[in-house]
Amino acid sequence: MVGLLRDFDLAEEATQEAFAAAAERWPRTGPPANPRAWLMTTARNRAIDRIRRERTLERKLPLLDTPDAMEEEIDDRAIADERLELIFACCHPALSTEAQVALTLRALGGLSTLQIARAFIVSEETMKRRLSRAKAKIKATGIPFEVPAPHLLPDRLDAVLGVIYLIYNEGYSGRVDLAAEAIRLDVLLAGLMPDEPEAHGLLALMMLHHARRHARFAGEDLVLLADQDRDLWDESEIAAARAILERALALRGRGAYVLQAAIASLQTEPQIDWAEVTELYGELAELTGSPIVELNRAVAICENGSPERALALVDSLELGDYRYLHSTRGELLRRLGRPEDARAAYRRALELSSSRAEQRFLERRLDEL
Amino acid sequence: MKYALLVYSKPGSHESLGEVEREQATSEYMALANDSRVASSAQLQPIETATTVRVQNGRTLTTDGPFADTKEVFGGYYVLDAANIDEAIDAASRIPAARMEGSIEVRPVVEH
Repeated sequence: MVGLLRDFDLAEEATQEAFAAAAERWPRTGPPANPRAWLMTTARNRAIDRIRRERTLERKLPLLDTPDAMEEEIDDRAIADERLELIFACCHPALSTEAQVALTLRALGGLSTLQIARAFIVSEETMKRRLSRAKAKIKATGIPFEVPAPHLLPDRLDAVLGVIYLIYNEGYSGRVDLAAEAIRLDVLLAGLMPDEPEAHGLLALMMLHHARRHARFAGEDLVLLADQDRDLWDESEIAAARAILERALALRGRGAYVLQAAIASLQTEPQIDWAEVTELYGELAELTGSPIVELNRAVAICENGSPERALALVDSLELGDYRYLHSTRGELLRRLGRPEDARAAYRRALELSSSRAEQRFLERRLDEL
Repeated sequence: MKYALLVYSKPGSHESLGEVEREQATSEYMALANDSRVASSAQLQPIETATTVRVQNGRTLTTDGPFADTKEVFGGYYVLDAANIDEAIDAASRIPAARMEGSIEVRPVVEH
């Protein structure tokens, strides 16, 4: 509805009126053959009536040309296209990232404004304002409800996936399971764009992480991958994720999310093929140019049996005061039998850490030295 | 919808181009000015020619220079009639200043 009307509030009101009309009529007349299509037509007609009365959005609404559209013309394909258009509009780069996240959760995640506010630890008023400013910007600046043209699509899809991944990384917050919401959103997106390997890649990546969430902490303590209790892993989610990854690879996906998912998948094997992981990190590093990826590659190199090469790589990276740089150095130096240097590195990492769980982990490492 | 494309350039970036590249860039600016979707456009003279006017307490204060000393300098504008912001963004991205460390601000015009 929103895509058709380019106006969230109008769409909401018209939809509510349509539901009210259904609630009033259907008990008497019985439900129509295609209830969704009936609701859409009714909502659209209500909206048209209002617009004709208010005259404010006339020139923006293509549907004014076809006010008597038949029910049969609106089918699930149209609804699917609309949702895709909605996703791209919500994640348009002209909106701030905050706005993109809030709008996506509201329009597609089906979360209430209060739930979104709780999840991001702001007041409901603040979130209401953020959402209405975003909607106002969409209207005022002519952000289109369209799937982007082919030459724009890769970047725009990347932006959508970025928003979804951002939501995922918020995790469980304010009684809202944002990780689950993000997965749901990507399931929707991958269903709407089945030929886009990165959409599947991100989904596989999130599911692989999600499957291990109960093993990540023992009480308040961080548990590293190698030490995790695999009985706490959701094996069916891992299997489902691997199937999705296969689909992405079959589509010849070799993008950043597919690569990260492939790495995560390898890391959930009983015996980790660190040589293969190293290769994949290498491919990812070339693709993204990211020193953080290089840092992860160094870890893989170490696990593959070359801690000296790993340390040399780490020391060549320009990562300033990135705390994982120092914690990684600490680990490498520990394995190389240089406890004093390791201690210095762990201490630096401790200074830079803001997470209590991480701090406890680093303190334990220091004690063990 | 009409969009203003406000061109901010890194000072000297256009002038320091080689002759061929400078001509190429100039022709790109002119091509956009002649685009059928562009209702109006203007190139402003260099920043040294700017004068700033304010009125305070009924008195007109005139000072030499632009209203603010900024790294990028406002050099001109286009008013473009486009279907949506993506079309405006596309046109903005082709403005030479955008790829020479400048920025193009894209803002819808109030239409009465």
